[in-house]
Amino acid sequence: MRLKQNIVITETGFVFDSDTGDSYSTNPVGMELLEKLRAQMEMEEITAYMTGKYDVEPLQFQRYFDDFVIMLRHFNLMEEPE
Amino acid sequence: MEKLKFERPVISRINAGIPDKFGMKTHIIPVTQIDGIPVKDILDRYGSPVYVISEKTVRSVYQEALHAFTTRYPKIQFAWSYKTNYLNAVCRIYHQEGSWAEVVSGFEYDKAIENGVPGNKIIFNGPDKSAEDLKKAIENGSLIHIDHSDELYDCIKIAKAEGKKAKVAIRVNMDTGIYPQWDRFGFNYENGEAWNAINKIMPEENLELTGLHTHIGTYIMTPSAYAVATSKLALLAVRIEKKYSHHIRYIDLGGGFASKNTLKGAYLPGTDTCPSFDDYAEAITNALNNSDIEYEHMPALFLETGRALIDDAGCILGTVLANKRLANGRRSLIIDIGVNLLFTSFWYEHNIAPAQFHQDDYEDTTIYGPLCMNIDVIRAAIMFPSLNKGDHVVISRTGAYNMTQWLQFITYRPRVVLINMKGEAEMIREQETNQTMNMLDVVPGHLKNKDE
Repeated sequence: MRLKQNIVITETGFVFDSDTGDSYSTNPVGMELLEKLRAQMEMEEITAYMTGKYDVEPLQFQRYFDDFVIMLRHFNLMEEPE
Repeated sequence: MEKLKFERPVISRINAGIPDKFGMKTHIIPVTQIDGIPVKDILDRYGSPVYVISEKTVRSVYQEALHAFTTRYPKIQFAWSYKTNYLNAVCRIYHQEGSWAEVVSGFEYDKAIENGVPGNKIIFNGPDKSAEDLKKAIENGSLIHIDHSDELYDCIKIAKAEGKKAKVAIRVNMDTGIYPQWDRFGFNYENGEAWNAINKIMPEENLELTGLHTHIGTYIMTPSAYAVATSKLALLAVRIEKKYSHHIRYIDLGGGFASKNTLKGAYLPGTDTCPSFDDYAEAITNALNNSDIEYEHMPALFLETGRALIDDAGCILGTVLANKRLANGRRSLIIDIGVNLLFTSFWYEHNIAPAQFHQDDYEDTTIYGPLCMNIDVIRAAIMFPSLNKGDHVVISRTGAYNMTQWLQFITYRPRVVLINMKGEAEMIREQETNQTMNMLDVVPGHLKNKDE
């Protein structure tokens, strides 16, 4: 599970896909998750990190994370598995 | 170290050049309480979903409508349209306010009597009045609004047999300049049918023509259509005076005033486009005051307004069952309020609001009900914040027609709660149970289990 390499993320939550020219906006938690995905962190690691930092239950976080990843796939921002 | 507050991660595509039609950001204000009672408390106590009616709003809207008409015309009588909402408690509020009853079936007629409405203050409309219904209405001196000539002959026959004089009016349909023209109720004005009916009624010893009625349509956005209808009925009244020296006691403009709900396909919200009671009153009373009816014989003006009186007073509270992504990535929300309970969602874009403060992440969302049916769509497209399973929602302006047209389908119809003038919640209709549904079923002997 990895974010496409060409995706640009700015400090203000602006996300740009240089392949398609499409741009997106995300919130601070979304930005943090994008960085973790870019770093190829696994879901378990991300969950542990986020639930340690933020006041959120692991199951609740996973629900939100799943939905976030569905949207990333829908927007073609994730590397497809070979 | 204290953990940071978590915010759901969101990402959305930036579509430059396509703002919403008003060029503004969507913002839905949560509805956290109804008449001072927290939504959560109501749901905890009465279950989810639950209909809530505000007595305060029922009374204040009624007074607003009454004021609009009584300040323009001296003889005004509202008759509560039972079919719009015939919960006994609701009907009784309107009767306490001075409203008569307008019913369209034997069932509703009996309800009105049981609610304490004197027979002579019941208007009996509708195309289906059995011989038994008519007999009862004649005996009680109710105002029978004749819908078709078969009913007219039934009235003549029954009144004669009973040796009574039935108080009747004719229902008149007409061209008021709006589309579609409703011509299914009563006798047509333009082709002379209405006048023919009057000519049949007037010589009958057992019938007294007390009024003229019309019901030009529903959700009428054009007050001038009522002005046309009023003028045409007034002209009929003048002709009756002239030919029979008979004075019509009332003109009944029926119902049809729009509520502030937004119709599907409407460009602007109903709150911006719906005429006020003053607009309707101005059109109707001007037409009546300017008619050729003799001043000393001006008829009373009857109104059977339903939707516009009760819609704002009702809301349904429900709970989020699930979040889903559709195949195209679109967000969808499943709530426990289906089209079986919210019949009006077939023609309205209902206002839906979360019942708690929410994250500011609006996304184009489809809101489904809980039925295992593809048509169970409460809102096909609405910019809505993300909610969690178990969060609550409030759908407002649902007081009209839903609690009479709701369907019992795959589950029980819910409780209805009234928030009274003291701000206290009282249940006015119990939830259906398995027993309620089974008591009407009859299982033939050969299908019974051994232990039954």
